[in-house]
Amino acid sequence: MEALAEIRGLTKAYGNTIAVNNLNLIIPRGRIIGLLGPNGSGKTTLIKMINGLLTPTAGSILINGFPPGPETKARIAYLPERTYLQSGMKVCDLVDFFQDFYEDFNRDRAFSMLSSLNIPFTAQLKTLSKGTKEKVQLILVMSRNADLFILDEPIAGVDPAARDYILKTIINNYNENASIMLSTHLISDIENILDEVIFIRDGQLLTHMPVDQIREQYGQSVDAYFRGVFAC
Amino acid sequence: MAWNLNADKPIYSQLVEIIQIQIISGRYKAGDRLPSVRELAAEASVNPNTMQKALAELERNCLIITQRTSGRIVTEDTELIHRTQKHLAEEHIQNFFRTMNGLGYSAEEILSLVKEAAEKLSNSGFSHTDLPKGAE
Repeated sequence: MEALAEIRGLTKAYGNTIAVNNLNLIIPRGRIIGLLGPNGSGKTTLIKMINGLLTPTAGSILINGFPPGPETKARIAYLPERTYLQSGMKVCDLVDFFQDFYEDFNRDRAFSMLSSLNIPFTAQLKTLSKGTKEKVQLILVMSRNADLFILDEPIAGVDPAARDYILKTIINNYNENASIMLSTHLISDIENILDEVIFIRDGQLLTHMPVDQIREQYGQSVDAYFRGVFAC
Repeated sequence: MAWNLNADKPIYSQLVEIIQIQIISGRYKAGDRLPSVRELAAEASVNPNTMQKALAELERNCLIITQRTSGRIVTEDTELIHRTQKHLAEEHIQNFFRTMNGLGYSAEEILSLVKEAAEKLSNSGFSHTDLPKGAE
């Protein structure tokens, strides 16, 4: 089967600063992939280019054979690092909003996850705690039947019990045609659910390897390996 | 049921061992149907592909059999389950001896220490039905 995404020679410069530097990457289908790197390594810039929110300075991105545009946006479910939803909207209105926007949105799945986490449907977003807001956004994103889920720091603000629920949700929603790419600093919490990890540093690809291969080759967890590679 | 995974060993080989223990201890009995890959992955909070790889390994060892209609079942070959139990026991004993050697004990000293410990345990009412961690 063809790769889900192919990234070639991707570069993004902000003036003299090069955020992403000649990056080549193939994202296969049916994988859960961790995008790891220290602060300022280019993770979010890469994610934004895949989502068509930033234009590359050079290089190409193909998702299902299409460059970022309407065709790819319909197939990518993206959780940005910051909220973009109207804080005055009610949770149930947000579900309707997503339903209008995305053909692949599964409303029943959204409501069932909201109930499992005891999130009141009629509450306005602004009345919810920071962690609960994050849960709502993640639920909306994970309720799509997308090909590629890109989650930028999905678990940072939520409590450990909700984190477990979210990870189980990711496992349960897994399907062999879709891939999930998530960036996070909380590596040890998620490494058991990852197939492979992508390490980037200074906008360049450092390692792209299966988790078990890192453990076999280096005799340490991905978390420990990361701390070694990026030691300050 | 605890899936206590060690952070610095490959996940898949640990899954293989835990499932072997679940079969040996009778959580899944000979001929029982196993839950689906996804259910097992969610229970263990691991990647479904990694769980799939562990099950494939158990299939290669014939401990698990895939049936086209009814999914995966545990082998009905109780002799094989018994051999797997013996094999795991031998591995644990080897590791134990290695650790004890590191502490400076000879094989004979280890044996007498083990005997002592076993007597103490049986006096305090420990029985063979006290299952190891990960078996329940």
